Amino acid sequence: MPPLVSIEGLSVAFNGVPVLRGVDLKLQKGEALGLVGESGSGKSVTWLAALGLLPRHAQVSGSVRLDGREILGAGEAELDRVRGGRVAMIFQDPASALNPVLTIRRQLCETLALHRGLSGAAVKAEALRLLDLVGIPDAARRLSAYPHEFSGGQVQRIMIAMALAGNPDLLIADEPTTALDATIQAQILELLSSIRREMGMAMVLISHDLGVVAENCDRVAVMYAGRIVEEAPSNQLFADPVHPYAQGLIGALPPLDGPRRRLIAIPGTVPDPASMPDGCAFAPRCALAAEPCRHAAPSLAPVADNRAVACIRAEASRRALLGMAAE
Amino acid sequence: MGRYFAIRIGRAMLTIVLVVTFAFVVLRLSGDPSLMILGPEAPPEVLAAFRKAWGLDDPIWMQYLDYFGAIAKGELGRSMRDGRPAIQLVLERIPATLALTLPAFAFKVALGIPAGIYAALHRGSAIDRAVMTAAVAGFTVPSFVLALLLVLVFAVQLGWLPSGGQDSWRHAILPIATLSLGGAAVLARFTRSAMLEVLGQPYIRTASAKGVPWRKVVTSHALPNAAIPTVTILGFMVGTLIAGAVVVESVFSWPGVGRLLVVAVANRDLAVVQCILLLVALTMVTSNLIVDFLYGFLDPRLRMKGAHA
Amino acid sequence: MSAPLVEVAAISRSYRMRSGMFGRSTAVHAVDGVSLTIPRGETLGLVGESGSGKSTTGRIVLGLEPPDRGEVRFDGKPMAAPATAAWRAQRARMQMIFQDPLGALDRRLPVAAQIREPLDIHGVGMAAEREERVRELLRAVELTPAHGARYPGALSGGQRQRIVLARALATKPDFLVCDEPVSALDVSIQAQVVNLLADLQAQLSLTLLFISHDLRVVRQISNVVAVMYLGRIVELGSADDLFARPEHPYTQALVSASPAPGRRSAGRIVLSGDPPNPAARPQGCAFHPRCPRAVARCATETPILSAVGGDRQVACHLVTGSKPATKPETKAATRDAA
Repeated sequence: MPPLVSIEGLSVAFNGVPVLRGVDLKLQKGEALGLVGESGSGKSVTWLAALGLLPRHAQVSGSVRLDGREILGAGEAELDRVRGGRVAMIFQDPASALNPVLTIRRQLCETLALHRGLSGAAVKAEALRLLDLVGIPDAARRLSAYPHEFSGGQVQRIMIAMALAGNPDLLIADEPTTALDATIQAQILELLSSIRREMGMAMVLISHDLGVVAENCDRVAVMYAGRIVEEAPSNQLFADPVHPYAQGLIGALPPLDGPRRRLIAIPGTVPDPASMPDGCAFAPRCALAAEPCRHAAPSLAPVADNRAVACIRAEASRRALLGMAAE
Repeated sequence: MGRYFAIRIGRAMLTIVLVVTFAFVVLRLSGDPSLMILGPEAPPEVLAAFRKAWGLDDPIWMQYLDYFGAIAKGELGRSMRDGRPAIQLVLERIPATLALTLPAFAFKVALGIPAGIYAALHRGSAIDRAVMTAAVAGFTVPSFVLALLLVLVFAVQLGWLPSGGQDSWRHAILPIATLSLGGAAVLARFTRSAMLEVLGQPYIRTASAKGVPWRKVVTSHALPNAAIPTVTILGFMVGTLIAGAVVVESVFSWPGVGRLLVVAVANRDLAVVQCILLLVALTMVTSNLIVDFLYGFLDPRLRMKGAHA
Repeated sequence: MSAPLVEVAAISRSYRMRSGMFGRSTAVHAVDGVSLTIPRGETLGLVGESGSGKSTTGRIVLGLEPPDRGEVRFDGKPMAAPATAAWRAQRARMQMIFQDPLGALDRRLPVAAQIREPLDIHGVGMAAEREERVRELLRAVELTPAHGARYPGALSGGQRQRIVLARALATKPDFLVCDEPVSALDVSIQAQVVNLLADLQAQLSLTLLFISHDLRVVRQISNVVAVMYLGRIVELGSADDLFARPEHPYTQALVSASPAPGRRSAGRIVLSGDPPNPAARPQGCAFHPRCPRAVARCATETPILSAVGGDRQVACHLVTGSKPATKPETKAATRDAA
């Protein structure tokens, strides 16, 4: 099956400083892909770049194809049809993601008019249906309200309604629940997955929360310093991470049950994009790093069915893990 | 809502009283009007008669009470120079001043706001840098320097325009230009930074991510938000319509309120000075009230707060 | 066992809050009858969502604001009146760490100078001794003197939080209140700071009040955990036991909202309704409008935090009440999973 989105060699630099250094990623129709990594790893930049949403001074190269059609560097008119129409996005801080001086109705109907060509009574009916779908009570009255009259969780629901307005094939959810309380986070994630199932929509869930990604995604890609370092079906990744960084992320997460153990912290800090180490960007923090790691950056290579990892020490890494498990 | 504005109006009244009181005290402490008007050689009995006629020999607090008593009755006093009602003198001059400040206000807005928006949208471009350089120049060069510069170039060197007076529309060009350029610079800078602030907000990215064409993102998402801070500075400019041309009127010998003020201060023509200051305070305070109303109109968050009352 | 270092007895705190600029003011009960005991050298974790009153509790315990009712005793003595010598002496023994280290540091001063500041304020030792103490503190938080010479802007988030920690430790406090100390940090850095905090606690026999919305981090560092909802403690128990077998429906929902990566939890509990609003506290059990198991009694009668066996205390009619049956099958299921 041809992929819905196919990203190849996507690179982004700001003022000559590379922040995304060659990302390859494929996404099937209806698939839920998780993108994890720490701040600055390039999770969000990947999708902002793909949709042409970065500031003008960003230097973007590579290829992003949607249904086989190149969209990187496409004309504004074509991009405007893709954005919100085929690929919709929701963001981290719902409170600032909606325009404070426009009513919900204006912001919701704007998308409907742009991508569905609706007008008049049809727009309002559809806007009400969407608000109802995302669980905004008393939608008819709330339509004329402004964003500040809603709670954070409700605003995120409205953002989701806006994203759905264009009937997209793909929803990019960029840390959609990070700013929300735990119980509200659970509501939003539940809403996202039920909508996805109903509409057969693909989703990219960008998150720093491994638990959230594990529970909501079929497949996960781990990013580090502007590259994908491991890609695997989500149950396999969390049960058996191969890349030392992926192992580190999982080891650093305190367990909620079972015996308490000292956390396995990854030493050091994420490298500064302006002075990236030669070779593998993770090598300076990696317990398994060997001499060759410091020379050439490893590329993402398959290690099993549906699994790929960018680590020349992947085998050693696997053994180390098996050793640990045997203890 | 009513209470919100009641408080604001009360505060405005207080501002006016303070301005008037301050002017009253300072003027009376800074020189004897009888000497200024009659001259130092005037015989003492004439001076005494003058002081008695104008109530200047009363204690200052009594003069002050008299003054406010008169204001309460709508009496703003008479000019000590020719005995005419001060308000009449001032009102006569207002059209001349407005003939400069109103067109200048229009030019400021027409020039400053689009320049600021353009510069923000093309941040870092050659035009942005040019606008900002011009804005900084317009911001820092005092208006009398700019006025003299314009006179030197267009009146003295080129001889295209008159350097002063009020005989034809051509006389108004240089004063209006002086007023507009400085104001437009302030407005351009302000609009640019308001726009840049708004363009960096997440909701602008949301609009783009929805597929809203950039032109519409700017007009229907960015501008309404950038208008909120810009209105403040516009309100301030409206407040200076009456007395914002003191320097320019003096340089170009334009017989407006500003020049009247300068002459009246020099002569300690108390009633006239106080009348002008009262008028200025009134316009300033009114424009501030208008700004507050506009805020409520432009920003639904403020509107809601008011609605709770 | 010696007496606990910190004893909090039924503290309450309410604020007057106006809705809008000129709206009517209403009383917001931020903290309502909270009692806690923290034994020396142990950590009490305080979890809850925004509006639960956990940060206010932290500030009251630290004496940064007075309770309206109730009392905080530190080392057996009531908190001294603010701005007295006794208060200053007491305050030097207790310190606080916040979520945002950049906000807590002065951007215009090298960080070493900021670690030194409390030593200067409390007049600890001679100048040379203070310098030595700053170096020692930097070592304690696993940084070098070179880091000390930098400005906050030149350090990473994790390093900044270490600096804040070093400064808090400068006066050799016995008690630290940590309010979301690692929430702004990435997970790998978070682990470093949590480990460091645990090490320092062991070395210096620190007593901690650890406030966080992150159940995992709280469990990792706490001996006892208290769960707060709208200003009250709804459940309290030992860290391991509490998260493995949550009794209160709210705790159960919180635990369910922190899925473990790698295994899909069988039944996700999704609470309906909006986040709790402290200005509109529901009658009866404050949680009842969102509780999937609420019964009529929950809407009228406020449940009291009571012991339910072991060291567990729960404020829920369904758990403690005689009539309404708890659901034994859910409990059994969670036990099996653990």
